Amino acid sequence: MSTAHSRAAAKAMISPAVLLLLCWMIVPLSMTVYFSLLSYNLLMPGMEEWIGLTNYEFFLTDPAFFTALSNTLLLVGGVLLITVVGGILLALLLDQPFFGQGIVRILVIAPFFVMPTVSALVWKNMFMNPVNGLFAYLAKFLGLAPFDFLAHAPLLSIILIVAWGWLPFATLILLTALQSLNPEELEAAEMDGAGSLSRFFYIVLPHLARAVTVVVLIQTIFLLSVFAEILVTTNGGPGTASTNITYLVYAQSLLQFDVGGGSAGGIVAVVLANIVAFFLMRMIGKNLEA
Amino acid sequence: MNRFVRALLGASALSLVAMPALAEKLTIATVNNGDMIRMQKLTEDFTKKNPGIELEWVTLEENVLRQKVTTDIATKGGQFDVMTIGTYEVPIWGKQGWLVSLNDLPASYDVDDLLPAIRGGLTVDGTLYAAPFYGESSMVMYRKDLMEKAGLTMPDAPTWEFIGKAARAMTDKEKEVYGICLRGKAGWGENMAFLSATANSFGAKWFDMDWKPQFNGEAWKNALTFYLDLMKDAGPPGASSNGFNENLALFQSGKCGMWIDATVAASFVTNPKDSSVADKVGFALAPDTGLGKRGNWLWAWSLAIPAGSQKVEAAKKFVDWATSKDYLALVAENEGWANVPPGTRKSLYANPEYAKVPFAKMTLDSINSADPNNPAVDKVPYVGVQFVAIPEFQGIATAVGQQFSAALAGTATAEQALANAQQLTERAMQKAGYIK
Amino acid sequence: MARAVSTRRKLAVTLIAWGIGIAIFFPILWTILTSFKTEAEAVAMPPSFLFFDWTLENYHEVQERSNYFRHFLNSVIISVGSTLVGLVIAIPAAWSMAFVPGKRTKDVLMWMLSTKMLPPVGVLIPIYLLFRDFGLLDTRIGLVIVLTLINLPIIVWMLYTYFKEIPSEILEAARMDGAGLRQEILYVLTPMAVPGIASTLLLNIILAWNEAFWTLNLTAAEAAPLTAFIASYSSPEGLFYAKLSAASTLAIAPILILGWFSQKQLVRGLTFGAVK
Repeated sequence: MSTAHSRAAAKAMISPAVLLLLCWMIVPLSMTVYFSLLSYNLLMPGMEEWIGLTNYEFFLTDPAFFTALSNTLLLVGGVLLITVVGGILLALLLDQPFFGQGIVRILVIAPFFVMPTVSALVWKNMFMNPVNGLFAYLAKFLGLAPFDFLAHAPLLSIILIVAWGWLPFATLILLTALQSLNPEELEAAEMDGAGSLSRFFYIVLPHLARAVTVVVLIQTIFLLSVFAEILVTTNGGPGTASTNITYLVYAQSLLQFDVGGGSAGGIVAVVLANIVAFFLMRMIGKNLEA
Repeated sequence: MNRFVRALLGASALSLVAMPALAEKLTIATVNNGDMIRMQKLTEDFTKKNPGIELEWVTLEENVLRQKVTTDIATKGGQFDVMTIGTYEVPIWGKQGWLVSLNDLPASYDVDDLLPAIRGGLTVDGTLYAAPFYGESSMVMYRKDLMEKAGLTMPDAPTWEFIGKAARAMTDKEKEVYGICLRGKAGWGENMAFLSATANSFGAKWFDMDWKPQFNGEAWKNALTFYLDLMKDAGPPGASSNGFNENLALFQSGKCGMWIDATVAASFVTNPKDSSVADKVGFALAPDTGLGKRGNWLWAWSLAIPAGSQKVEAAKKFVDWATSKDYLALVAENEGWANVPPGTRKSLYANPEYAKVPFAKMTLDSINSADPNNPAVDKVPYVGVQFVAIPEFQGIATAVGQQFSAALAGTATAEQALANAQQLTERAMQKAGYIK
Repeated sequence: MARAVSTRRKLAVTLIAWGIGIAIFFPILWTILTSFKTEAEAVAMPPSFLFFDWTLENYHEVQERSNYFRHFLNSVIISVGSTLVGLVIAIPAAWSMAFVPGKRTKDVLMWMLSTKMLPPVGVLIPIYLLFRDFGLLDTRIGLVIVLTLINLPIIVWMLYTYFKEIPSEILEAARMDGAGLRQEILYVLTPMAVPGIASTLLLNIILAWNEAFWTLNLTAAEAAPLTAFIASYSSPEGLFYAKLSAASTLAIAPILILGWFSQKQLVRGLTFGAVK
């Protein structure tokens, strides 16, 4: 179908995007690789020297590294779980006829528009603060001791804050997918005597599979590098309880100004992200092809 | 018209080529602390006196600010003409030659009027590299009414033992009154500022003369256990995420019996507009354990000019204005003496008007009793009371702060926290080449 | 054939849906309410919900301290600019991927997406140095470039999934009529792809508006958008909830309003090919 002419044109059209992204990747990345092999502290210019893989050795043997790795996975997994399950339930709910559908939908999608910094500040100070926060007030009102979210469940708190921001996104995509479901299919199943649960599991859920994949893919890309929420709320603590890989790299490069160590961490993070991406694409590529 | 055109073409190449402006524009990076915001509001006084110079303020939260100015000065990015930095940065940056010398400020600046402790902290090899905007130490702020209710009297120079006893006696958790509020939020400028200074008074230190970390010693263990026990018995919930601001809010809303923190807080807690306990606050020196060192720190937010700035002359005019005697008078005239940026000039403390301010004397005494050159009971190889003036310190102390914060949150014991702190500091010092 | 729904069921669903909707929206609502309180009232216990002395004091204070309009303008220029540039680069790329797919197309697409996983902190210093050398620090152009590159993969991907749903017979028909490549794109494809392009545009404006790492680290005064504006109100000394709320409200209001008004357009194309 496609002629040689259109093939050449296609190449020409795709190349600006590819070239730009290639530059965007290769230039900083090769600089980062180079820095990662140096002993290079930003605060001590002129002292750079070649130290081989020492930076990598220190980063990978850092006791915080494995905590950060598992925190990263927990954070991504936790948020995905909440947003996908919550998103499906919300989509099912919003798909029902009720009064004021338009307004409720507006209320539900609103958190997606809020800057991560702002949402973290608001949640931390006005809700989760154990003395002045609204949750503390509610707890006291119910006669309970206020729970100190950020000290005793830091990672969970961050997962909740992040999930709040992404839930609308998942809901929107899932709702659109749900609305494209042919109602006759459901009715036919109902005629055959299928209960609402089995209708959900055998008809609705398979129909949503692609939408779920999309949600998982897009969110993972953003969730792997969650940063602002951690910086604002817990600074990765207490201890390293809420440090993820991105935050660990930040601590290296911008708190310590250890550009060498930070660069090594950055490269490790890129490699890890690509491993995750690889499995994700495998999983999802199949699903998207169908 | 100009604004309209620029708005339209903002994204176009026009904005790349800076239009030759008539007025010289100074970009000033500063912290969003009360005193700086006040300075920003007084901009007009400066521009009136210095026609031809415009001020552009970049006011940021402390951590963001520090990260930005450090990146900028180290890479010679040149985005700022005046930077607000502290006593930690000045010795390091001064040594690198990153700052413009301020030795040639006009005679009216009267450099000899600066408090010696503060001036010393901003001078490297005889050159003044930053002009102090306000200086601070730390001290005890306490509620006189609650102290009286507990049947105790605060001495001017309390011991830690007394503080511990008083804090427990003042606590009434039912009524949300906590005997003592201390910093717990991890960060080298947050909990570690307090804990390093406190550790000094317990005879502890960061490094010995061979730069070996000292967290495995008895002294640190005593200091940390004392702090953890005290906070457990008499501290507010959620203390592990409380920094200066959080504690200030707690104290102002009447929830703390005592608070040991920066002397600048005194003007906030005694200001009836923001504080519900303004008329009930007393002050005392930071506590000790009888070893000869008190647990108070020394810090000065200061204005410095990055070397390589194209506008050094204008920038000097601004630095002179903002840190001069006249500026103090200007603030006093507009906002009252209690709101004058404290802790920089002898003449301020000699002023009888200022002496009427309730916290003036205690602030001065606290600043004078801190000695950045001999911070610990033992001899140490570093400068700095609540910090160690080496570039690696920020990162190390923040990581150590995380460990201590975890101990405060109860997710680690004091022993674990100290062992982790020791290990990570050793690693970092090894990597930086201080120890083999 | 419509499903029969009893009124009672509809009422019950209405109650639940509104309850959940309000709960999800509540943090934003609370922020807006707090912005009209005094600092003392903002931390008062028990908190007052509606019956407090409404005040504009915080907005005055924010107005006095910051040049909101300039930050706002910068945010608009940066987010819209980067999205438009991104679309110009991405439309041809997505077109050729969707209609002239090669063996490598999927790999290229996946590779593009994987560039988004690059953790920004790891490459801040290299980018900062490059920006310094090209004089791009604190310029809107610099930020437009960075944000274009950051969001380009998402733009390409969204458009690709959308284009792929356009039946290729239509293109063939156009070709039969002797339409050239240019006409094909301009007159046949583009109109059909408008909903997809529109929602790509909106989604990317939102993402760029909320991007807080690069916009904060590569600017000082001239080009600083609303993310920097917020950074001057987070955790200052003393009570700050009310002022923070006012600043937050000002920072999110424009994008919230845009999002609400355009939600239909946003949703129509937000399918990523997931809807059969």
